[in-house]
Amino acid sequence: MIEVKNLTKYYGPTLAIDNISFSIEQGQIVGFLGPNGAGKTTTIRVLTCFMPATSGSATIAGHDVFSESLEVRQRIGYLPESVPFYPEMRVREYLQFRGQLRDMEKGKLKQRIGYVSERCWLSDVFNRPIGQLSKGFRQRLGLADALLHDPDVLILDEPTVGLDPTQIRATRQLIKDLGERHTILLSSHILPEVEAVCKQTIIISGGRIVAKGSIEDLRRQIREHSRLIVELKGPKDSIESSIRGIESVKSIDVTPTDGYLRLAIEVAERSDPRERIYELASRNKWSLREMRLEVATLEDFFVRAVAQQGARAAAVAEA
Amino acid sequence: MNSKVWVLAKRELSAFFFSAIAYVVLGVFLAVSGVFFAGEIFGPGKEAQLRDLFDRQAFILVFIMPMLTMRLLAEEFKSGSIEALMTAPVRDWEVILGKFFGTWLFFLAMLAPTLIYVLIVLFYGPADVYPILSGYLGLVLLGGLFVAVGVLTSAMTRNQVVAAVLAFLILSAFTFLLLGITYKVTGTWQRVLMSINIYERFGEFSRGLIDLKHVVFFLSASAGVLFVAVKILESRRWR
Repeated sequence: MIEVKNLTKYYGPTLAIDNISFSIEQGQIVGFLGPNGAGKTTTIRVLTCFMPATSGSATIAGHDVFSESLEVRQRIGYLPESVPFYPEMRVREYLQFRGQLRDMEKGKLKQRIGYVSERCWLSDVFNRPIGQLSKGFRQRLGLADALLHDPDVLILDEPTVGLDPTQIRATRQLIKDLGERHTILLSSHILPEVEAVCKQTIIISGGRIVAKGSIEDLRRQIREHSRLIVELKGPKDSIESSIRGIESVKSIDVTPTDGYLRLAIEVAERSDPRERIYELASRNKWSLREMRLEVATLEDFFVRAVAQQGARAAAVAEA
Repeated sequence: MNSKVWVLAKRELSAFFFSAIAYVVLGVFLAVSGVFFAGEIFGPGKEAQLRDLFDRQAFILVFIMPMLTMRLLAEEFKSGSIEALMTAPVRDWEVILGKFFGTWLFFLAMLAPTLIYVLIVLFYGPADVYPILSGYLGLVLLGGLFVAVGVLTSAMTRNQVVAAVLAFLILSAFTFLLLGITYKVTGTWQRVLMSINIYERFGEFSRGLIDLKHVVFFLSASAGVLFVAVKILESRRWR
């Protein structure tokens, strides 16, 4: 449904997107994840035909975003990051205006306005001018506008920003429900949101894609890098060598912490040497005051992937 | 008019009625017209004509039309609402024409109250209807061209003040500035300058002459300016 090939975008001399490629199939909900300035909004603006790419191509529903821009725009519903609005227009008028811009038939438009107002909790402010609405309401209006013509593809840039926790939860559920009949690209820097709503993720940083795949795949990659935190009191050398002797231990990082030694142990996938370590500690009479297995989260993965990308970029810059 | 252009024009027109500047422009235009009419035209022994009023209105429009048009695109660029507009299935020329017609219709609404002077003049004096009709036609065409220039300059910048100043400079260049030079040169130069001088052509309308070549001038100049505006908007898609 959405195909991006070797997309590159320069803003003057600045490289915003660097040769990215990905594809999103029909019916998928994909999370576009990345820190601020990573290139998420730029990529989205290319996809929604707001800006042209410097090179590469992007197609939505088989139509090229550059040469068949009108066809693309007819098929997408877009919620931009900064929700745009005309302050003097009322909610009802704005939705009417947007529907008419999309050539929606009068009766259908009326019905859809009713539907989206309800699903986006706009019924109370239906006749209020947009300029009087809070950010949360305006955000919901933007979402209603994106849904109005029931498009095949929804592109949502930070859809839950500005909403309160109840609304955030309900919006995420709404997006999940919509995912059953629509293709959705959701951009967010809120990791739990992507984890909760999306089946697939694309992590972007510094204009490059650093990871792609289903949440499950990424979690599996993470499990490989689980860490064991152990705090022991005893002779550093013998502790280190004994623990290194355990088969599943890949590396140890030792930090002295007020009398104890804090070990951050990288463990091989799916292994759990905690019992072994306890045996070692009690046999050698080393005081053991903490032992826990840290299951890395998507957040760790994200932070690490982003950091790696940052290091790579710095190395390239220096070369 | 294409339906999307009409939808856009309608929105633009109603937006004017919520704009403080639009009311200022409306007020100034009607006040100047009224004061001039009452002072210079409507008096015993004076000729029952509106020609001088039309000329005066054409003069004031150079100053106030840019104030009306400055926000058209510049505000959308600044506030970001241009993003929702350009990602909707609307063509760039539809956006420009929508802005143009919405503003031009507001201009017509601004002119409408002055029809009362027509009634007064027809009632009180032996007035010639034809020059009054041609005068209004001239104003309508002149207004169209002025709006077009305003749309163009508004499409060139995010800054409304820059858009207004630029429009004013362009309009004054082709009106009074040109007048200053036109009579200092002779021959072919003079003919060329006169043909691009908006006031020269408008003057014929206010004097009661409806010459097709002037109508064509205003319409094609407006179309040309709007064409450039469309290209400028399009260029944003190429950057």
